Amino acid sequence: MTTDTTKTAEATLAGETSRTTVLRWLTALGGLATIASTFLSWTYTDEFPGDLTVYGYPGGLQVLTLVAGLLVTLYALASLDIKGLRWLAPTGTTKALRLLTLGALGTTWFTVIAIAVELGGVVNLEPGGFVAAMASAIPVATAFMLADDTRKARRAKELPSWAEILIIVAAFGVGLFAVTYGIDTEYAELFTGYMITAGFAAAALFKAGVMARLSALTTKYRPISVAAAFVAAAAFPFTQTTDQFTLIAVNILIFATVALGLNIVVGLAGLLDLGYVAFLGVGAYTAALVSGTTASAFDVEFPFWAAVLTGAAVSLIFGVVIGAPTLRLRGDYLAIVTLGFGEIFRITVGNLDGVSGPQVTNGPNGIPNIPDLVFFGYDFGESHSIGGFELGSYANYYLLMLLAMILVILVFSRAGSSRIGRAWVAIREDETAATAMGINGFRVKLIAFALGATLAGLAGTVQAHVQSTVVPEMYVFAGPVPPNSAFLLAAVILGGMGTISGPLVGATMLYMIPAKLQFLQDYQLLGFGLALILLMRFRPEGLIANRRAQLEFHETDQLDVPEEGLPSSGVGVAKAGA
Amino acid sequence: MNDMTTTTQNTKTSTVLDASGVTMRFGGLTAVRSVDLTVSAGEIVGLIGPNGAGKTTFFNCLTGLYIPTEGKVTYKGTVLPPKPHLVTQAGIARTFQNIRLFSNMTVLENVLVGRHTRTKEGLWSALLRGPGFKKAEAASHQRAMELLEFIGLQHKADHLARNLPYGEQRKLEIARALASEPGLLLLDEPTAGMNPQETRVTEELIFAIRDQGIAVLVIEHDMRFIFNLCDRVACLVQGEKLVEGTPETVQGDERVVAAYLGTPFEGAPGGEEVAEVEAAEAQSTTSTTSTEGETQ
Ligand SMILES: Nc1ncnc2c1ncn2[C@@H]1O[C@H](COP(=O)(O)OP(=O)(O)O)[C@@H](O)[C@H]1O
Ligand SMILES: [Mg+2]
Repeated sequence: MTTDTTKTAEATLAGETSRTTVLRWLTALGGLATIASTFLSWTYTDEFPGDLTVYGYPGGLQVLTLVAGLLVTLYALASLDIKGLRWLAPTGTTKALRLLTLGALGTTWFTVIAIAVELGGVVNLEPGGFVAAMASAIPVATAFMLADDTRKARRAKELPSWAEILIIVAAFGVGLFAVTYGIDTEYAELFTGYMITAGFAAAALFKAGVMARLSALTTKYRPISVAAAFVAAAAFPFTQTTDQFTLIAVNILIFATVALGLNIVVGLAGLLDLGYVAFLGVGAYTAALVSGTTASAFDVEFPFWAAVLTGAAVSLIFGVVIGAPTLRLRGDYLAIVTLGFGEIFRITVGNLDGVSGPQVTNGPNGIPNIPDLVFFGYDFGESHSIGGFELGSYANYYLLMLLAMILVILVFSRAGSSRIGRAWVAIREDETAATAMGINGFRVKLIAFALGATLAGLAGTVQAHVQSTVVPEMYVFAGPVPPNSAFLLAAVILGGMGTISGPLVGATMLYMIPAKLQFLQDYQLLGFGLALILLMRFRPEGLIANRRAQLEFHETDQLDVPEEGLPSSGVGVAKAGA
Repeated sequence: MNDMTTTTQNTKTSTVLDASGVTMRFGGLTAVRSVDLTVSAGEIVGLIGPNGAGKTTFFNCLTGLYIPTEGKVTYKGTVLPPKPHLVTQAGIARTFQNIRLFSNMTVLENVLVGRHTRTKEGLWSALLRGPGFKKAEAASHQRAMELLEFIGLQHKADHLARNLPYGEQRKLEIARALASEPGLLLLDEPTAGMNPQETRVTEELIFAIRDQGIAVLVIEHDMRFIFNLCDRVACLVQGEKLVEGTPETVQGDERVVAAYLGTPFEGAPGGEEVAEVEAAEAQSTTSTTSTEGETQ
């Protein structure tokens, strides 16, 4: 009897194992087939953007399919426990494989369907296209037949520290390459394919536990990681041959910097500021008025450092003036007042045109011809050659804006992990308890609000020079072009409240999507609404969760800690407590 | 200081808290009616009374969460300012009946927030991170860890407060209050929801707090607990102070028993039964009501 059952169990087990192995091999083969298909021609004409007609080497969207197929193959091989690939999946391969195969399928089918739709019919597909569609579908089927093998992360192998540092550097290199690729995509189809591939790949890397291991490494070598991140960010303009995409990158930096400032107000102190972009506008208009442009009502020309300080100071004053009366009250007053302030700012600036009011801002026409910055004879408006690289005008602004962002990050992280930062979070958590712990709620909230305003004003002073024109319509509550108050808030919520990388990721995505997918313009707000609803449902902590939020929304092992000394039976007498 | 007050204070041991004629009205409802209460240094004073008697409201009047309609509260001879954070600054710390931890902060961070009034590093020093900042931060951390050791939670310093079991949350609230270095600690039903073992540990904890020279005023329904613990007990019924005196006096007072049960009864266990019934009514956690009471 006993031996019988053991035997059957063993037999089933063996059958199970061999089935799993076969499925994994099939997945790997599917991945290989997908890779191979990208070397075929998918369509007859070169009317479809990117060159997909050539046999022998992949082009355009085929490259993305190639990358996706490569990842599928790698992970399928890793799931077969091939030596040297185990590090790819510390916490299990199946979930990652499912995501990756879906990514490959998505990218490939999107391409094939786009070809058929844009060129008018399936006839436009060459056999290669059909091969690709089939080849990318097989691994999806096999991956979803695999049993889940999620496990606790294995202990990382001990590596010498130079190897670990090398991994960090390589990771940031890959990150820079991936982001640069996205910014440099030249047509909407390629960007869509990029989003599909990158999205699924990133999710798969998280599921496989690679990201967790990487973040453990970056925590271990924090200074090096921070330096690597900034070097990677600063390297971006050197990868560009024209100014076209650098401008996008500058705008992303401005957006992200302002979103980070807003994250102090919203994410840390829990104050809902619906008119945040107005502070950006205050800074930008201040810088424009003192920039020496002929359109300015004031005939002054401040040096840039003085303009920055003035812009930040004026924003600070506005922040205090708006915050002081409203922050004394609890509840949603702040949201209403800031929403109102945002609109008042825009309308007032639009009316100070010499007709409806005194001539200060040129009304709806705005202040044009803001001169380029000049630092010690270094003209930001001109191209410079640095180390053999030709850097365009926007590259200068990119690097300047990067400095501004570093400053904001520094402020965020230092303030956040201090007495004042803890007070902000305490106020957000429970204002009554916080005041009972001796925190002056009004004062602490006003500091957060004013600090947020100041940082936005500071970013605005750079923005004025980048855009060389400021108009009231740049500072609306919601509009098609970020940054506006609604998008800023969305970037913070989408990315992850209370984190540094969250708003950066959120702002990057929210800027790139409308910039790259021009045809979406009309449906953008609808799309973001849907995206936010889905996000709230499936990942309420945002794409990047801070440690607190992670624990908040997804209970972890911590809960399982058994309480010691609890009586196993009998008299659990609870006292009254209502 | 004028001579009068000094002499009156010196006749007894020094008075920490002196509430006189405290009245709190909410519209037509008088939740607290002209209550006098003093707490002296090194004393543990109990405040009992049926649900809705106004005990928590009285606490709120002491800590500035409510501004009493009438009456005066002084702490060590000075009239208390009507703002909660200034009251804490002055030296009164409290816990809440329905636990109000910062649930998404870690255990350690909760205690660090409690140290807010005893540190003064502002935004600038946080941004510049000078040596003074680092020293103050390190000292705060050390003090907070000491407090966590004191309540026996040092091994959970990095856990989120919300993930702690109920009993530990109550203890953490006490540690957080102690972090503000109070001269008087107000505890609002510190053992509600605890099992007998935890209750006993809490009793020891409160004695240890008293031994550090902190006066304690505690609201509790558990009669055995309160009569073991307190030097003096006051009973509040419908907003008015019914009796005040040693545990024996209050325990034997028929009016107290009547107030709790509605009908006369002969001893303390009855109080416990009432407490249990109330516990069952109030949506308490896991209570298996036993008629026998605890077997201590
Ligand atoms: N903010 C308030 N507004 C109106 N009534 C209140 C308020 N706070 C407490 N009360 C009332 O005061 C009475 C005493 O409540 P409470 O002090 O919580 O009693 P206890 O703590 O003794 O159980 C109750 O009737 C309660 O409804
Ligand atoms: Mg109460």
